[in-house]
Amino acid sequence: MKIGTAKQSYGADEAIFKTDTQRVWFAILLAILVLYPFIASGYWMFLAVLVMINIISTTGLNILTGYTGQVSLGHAAFMALGAYTVAFLDGRHDTPVLLNLVAAGSMAAAIGVLVGLPSLRIKGLYLAIATLAAAVILGFVFLNWTSVTGGIRGLNVPTAKIFGFELATAETLYWLVMPITVLAVLLARNLFRTRVGRAFIAIRDRDISAEIIGISLLQYKLTSFALSSFYAGVAGGLWAYLFRVVRPESFPAEASIFYLAAVIVGGAGTIIGGIFGATFMTLVPELLKLSAQLVTPWWPDASIYIAPIRLIVFGLLIVGFLIFEPMGLAEIWRRIRRFFALWPFRT
Amino acid sequence: MRKEDTTARPVAARLEVENLSLQFGGVKALDGVSLDVAPGSITALIGPNGAGKTSAFNAISGFYKPKTGTVRLDGVDITAVPARSRAKLGLARTFQNIALFRGMTVLDNIKLGRHAHLKSNVLDALFYYGRARREEMQLREEIERDVIDFLELDHIRNVPVAILPYGLQKKVELARALAMRPRILMLDEPVAGMNREETEDMARAILDVRDEWGVTVLLVEHDMGMVMDISDHICVLNFGRRIAAGTPAEVRSNEDVIRAYLGSAAEAPRVEAA
Amino acid sequence: MERWAQLDWIDLVETSLAGLGTGSLMALTGVAFVVIYKATRVINLAIGEMMMIGAFVFYGFAAGFQLPFWLALPLTLLVSAVVGGVIERTMIRPLLKDNPVSVFMVTIGLTSILIGMVELIWTAEPRRLPEFLPQAPIFIGEALVPAKTGYSFLIAAAGIAVMLLVFAFWRGGVALRATATDRAAASSVGINVPGVFAFSWMVAAMVAALAGVLVGSVGGISSSMGLFGLSVFVVVIVGGLDSIVGALIAGLFIGWLEAMVGRLFGGEFKLLATFSILLLVLVVRPYGLFGTHEIERL
Ligand SMILES: Nc1ncnc2c1ncn2[C@@H]1O[C@H](COP(=O)(O)OP(=O)(O)OP(=O)(O)O)[C@@H](O)[C@H]1O
Ligand SMILES: [Mg+2]
Repeated sequence: MKIGTAKQSYGADEAIFKTDTQRVWFAILLAILVLYPFIASGYWMFLAVLVMINIISTTGLNILTGYTGQVSLGHAAFMALGAYTVAFLDGRHDTPVLLNLVAAGSMAAAIGVLVGLPSLRIKGLYLAIATLAAAVILGFVFLNWTSVTGGIRGLNVPTAKIFGFELATAETLYWLVMPITVLAVLLARNLFRTRVGRAFIAIRDRDISAEIIGISLLQYKLTSFALSSFYAGVAGGLWAYLFRVVRPESFPAEASIFYLAAVIVGGAGTIIGGIFGATFMTLVPELLKLSAQLVTPWWPDASIYIAPIRLIVFGLLIVGFLIFEPMGLAEIWRRIRRFFALWPFRT
Repeated sequence: MRKEDTTARPVAARLEVENLSLQFGGVKALDGVSLDVAPGSITALIGPNGAGKTSAFNAISGFYKPKTGTVRLDGVDITAVPARSRAKLGLARTFQNIALFRGMTVLDNIKLGRHAHLKSNVLDALFYYGRARREEMQLREEIERDVIDFLELDHIRNVPVAILPYGLQKKVELARALAMRPRILMLDEPVAGMNREETEDMARAILDVRDEWGVTVLLVEHDMGMVMDISDHICVLNFGRRIAAGTPAEVRSNEDVIRAYLGSAAEAPRVEAA
Repeated sequence: MERWAQLDWIDLVETSLAGLGTGSLMALTGVAFVVIYKATRVINLAIGEMMMIGAFVFYGFAAGFQLPFWLALPLTLLVSAVVGGVIERTMIRPLLKDNPVSVFMVTIGLTSILIGMVELIWTAEPRRLPEFLPQAPIFIGEALVPAKTGYSFLIAAAGIAVMLLVFAFWRGGVALRATATDRAAASSVGINVPGVFAFSWMVAAMVAALAGVLVGSVGGISSSMGLFGLSVFVVVIVGGLDSIVGALIAGLFIGWLEAMVGRLFGGEFKLLATFSILLLVLVVRPYGLFGTHEIERL
C-alpha cells in the first residue's frame, strides 16, 4: 500500500483514476496508441487492429460472463450478425460507416435480447445452451438466406469511407478502430461505477440477494445481454471492414470459445482483464504460426499441425487458468505492480 | 447531528401476517401462522430448529409463494407483490446463511442496498454523466454518514466481503439492509455464531436502529438472552404452528413453550436475569 | 413439394425406425451425461467430444492395430474409463468446491483439447470404422431397417439396460445414487464421495465411448462428430438433467423428430427443429419433463 494517498473527498474516491500516477499512466498509454502507427507498419498494424477488435468483443463478453455470470457460447455469432449487417448496409445501400457500426451493434443487441428472453426462467447454465442454440440457428440463417447474406459465398464489404477518406488498409483503419476501442473500454469502465454495473455483479454473485434488494433479474440480465451483444456487433462490423468479406464460416463455434478463453485468461470481471486477455489470445495463434515457420526447415510438415495445436492450447489455457489463476492475467499484473510499488522495501 | 438530513427518515411500518401456510412435499413448514408486528416494535419469532421461522421469513419477503394466507404492510395486501418489488415498499431482510455479494467490497455491497431507490439507466451509466454522477456522489455521502459511520465499518469499507470474519459479515448484511431505507427490518439469526461481545454489540446496534431510524424490527434468534432482553413482543412457532405469543415474561412462563423446547433438544428459553 | 411426392406410409415407418435408431444413441449418450450430472452436479459440455474420442480410440484399435471387434471394444472401454478418470481427477475435482460456472467452463476448454488431440493424431479427415455389425438388412413387417441402425439400436438398448441394472443392484451404483440424493448423508454413512465422483466420470466416459463407436459405425467418424452432442444437450434438457428415464424418452423422441424433419424438409432443418423444441421446453418447463424441480433453500 502506498502511503500519502488518503482520499481528499469521496468524489476523488469515486473517480476512474484515483491517483495522479494512474492519470499519468493513462496519458502515456494514449500517447503510445497515437504514436504507434508512425513506428509500425504492415503486419504489425494489421495485428494491432485485430487486437483492438478483439478487445471490444472480449470486453462485451466480459460484461455478460465475467461481470454478470451468464455464460454465452454464441458470442461469435453476434459478431457475425454485426459483420453481416455492415456488409449488407454498406454493400447495398452505401450508408455511412458510423451509422453502419451502430446498426451492427443494435442488430446484435436486438437479437441478443430475444435470445436472452428465456433467461429468467432458465437459471445459470441453461443459458449457455440457449446461446449455443441461437448460434446454430443464426449459422443456418447466414447459410440459407441467400438473397440477403449471399449464402455460402458470403458478401464482399466495400472499403470503409469516413469524411471522404478511404480506410482501405490496416494503417488507415487503425484511426477508426483505435478511438472506438478506447471509447468502448472507458464506457464499460464507467458502467461498473454505477448502480447498473453493481446490479450485474450482484446477479453473478448471489441472485437471491439481488432480488431482495429490488433488482429485477430479467431486466438486468437482458440489459447485460444486450450490451454484450452490442459490443460484439460493433466488433464484428469492424472485423468486416478489416477483412472485407463475410462468410458463414468467418465466425465458427471455435471463435466463441476463443473469446471465452480471452475473458478467462485475462481475468473475468475486470476491465483490464478483457484487454490483457484479448491481446494475449490474439497473439497466441500468431506465435504458433511463427514457431511453425521457425521449425519448418527441420520439420517440413510443422504448419499442418498449427490448427490442432491451437485448439489444444486454447483449451489448456482455459483449464489451466481456471484451476491455477482464476483471476487471470489481471491478477498477475496486480501482483507485479504491488511488487514494484514496494520495491525495494518488500518484506 | 446524525439525524438531520435532506431525506426524511422513513416511518416504521406495521406488518400483519394472517393464516400463512406453506408446504414442501409432505412437510408442513407453516400451518396457519398469524403474526402482528406493531410499528416501531422489536418483535421476535422463536422456536426450535425446523419450526418454520426461516420459511415464514421467506414467505413474508416473497421468495416462497404461500399456499394460503395474506401478508399486509400498513394494511395493504402485498401477498401477490414479487420479491424484488418489496424492497421499494420498505421491506428489508438479512439471511440466516449470509447472502452477501462475495466478489465485492463492503462499500459496494452496502451501496447495492440502495439500488431500488436510484434511477440512472444504462445510458447514464455508460457515460457517467448527469444523473448517474449526481446519484452516485450523493449515494456515497449518505451511505458513509448513515450506515458506515453508524455501524462503525469505516476501517473495512474497501475490503472484499469474502475475507471478513463471520461476525463482520453479519454486520455488513445488516448495513446493506439499512441502506435500503427499510420501514421494516427482518433479521434471521443476526447473532448466530457470535461470541458474547459481538452479540452485545449487535444487540445494541439493533436497538439503535429501532430508536434512531424508527424502523420496525422482526427478529428470528436462538439466543434467548438477547431475545428476552431486547424484544417487546415474542411469537413462538413449533412444527409450523404458532403456539404462543406475548411479552417476554408471558412467553417465558408459557407451558406449551417450555414443553416445545424441552421436547426438542434445543436450548429452552432459560430464565436468565440479564 | 417434390420431396413429398413419393411419400407413403412405409416410407414414414422406415424414417421413424431410422430415427428411433439414432434416438437410441442420443439416449445412450444422454445417460452418460445424466450420470455425471447426478453424481457431481457438473454440466459436462464435452460429452459429445468424449463420445468422439471413444470412437477414435476404437478406430485406433480396430483399424490401426487391426484388432478384432471383440477385443477392440473392451480395450476402448477400458481406455475411455481411464481417460474419464484422469479428466475428473486433474480438471474437475480441483474446481468442484468453486462455483459451478468455473467447472462448466472447464468442460468447454475440454472440448477444445479433445478435438485438438484427435486432429493432431488422426487429422481432421472423416474416416470409416471397419465393418463389425452384420450386413443383412432387417425387415419389420414391410419396412426395411438398415442393418447398422438396427444392430446399434439393440446394442444401445443393451448398454442402457446394463446401466440400469448397475444402478439398481451393484454396490457402486447404489453409492452413486445415494450421493446424488444427498452428498452429506452419503458421506456420513461411509460412502467414499470423491471415489463416487471419479467413478461416475469413468462410467460416463465408457458409456459415451460405446455411443461413439455405434454412431461412428453408422455415419463414420470425424473430429467434428462431437456436434452430435448438441442434440444430446437438447435431449437431457428436455428429459430433465437428472433423469435417466427422461434421457431415454427424450432421446428417442428427438431422434425420431430429427429423422422426420430431415425426411420432410431436408437435413439442414434437423438442428433447427431440435433447437426450437429446446427453446420451447426452456420456456414452458425449464427443469425438463422428468427433472426434479428443487426449491432453493435460503
Ligand atoms: N426449500 C426447502 N425444501 C424442502 N424443505 C424445506 C425447504 N425449506 C425448509 N424446509 C423444511 O421446512 C421446515 C421448516 O424449516 P425452516 O428453515 O423454516 O426452519 P427454522 O425454524 O428456520 O429452523 P432453524 O432454526 O434451524 O433455522 C423444515 O422441516 C425444513 O426441512
Ligand atoms: Mg432458520
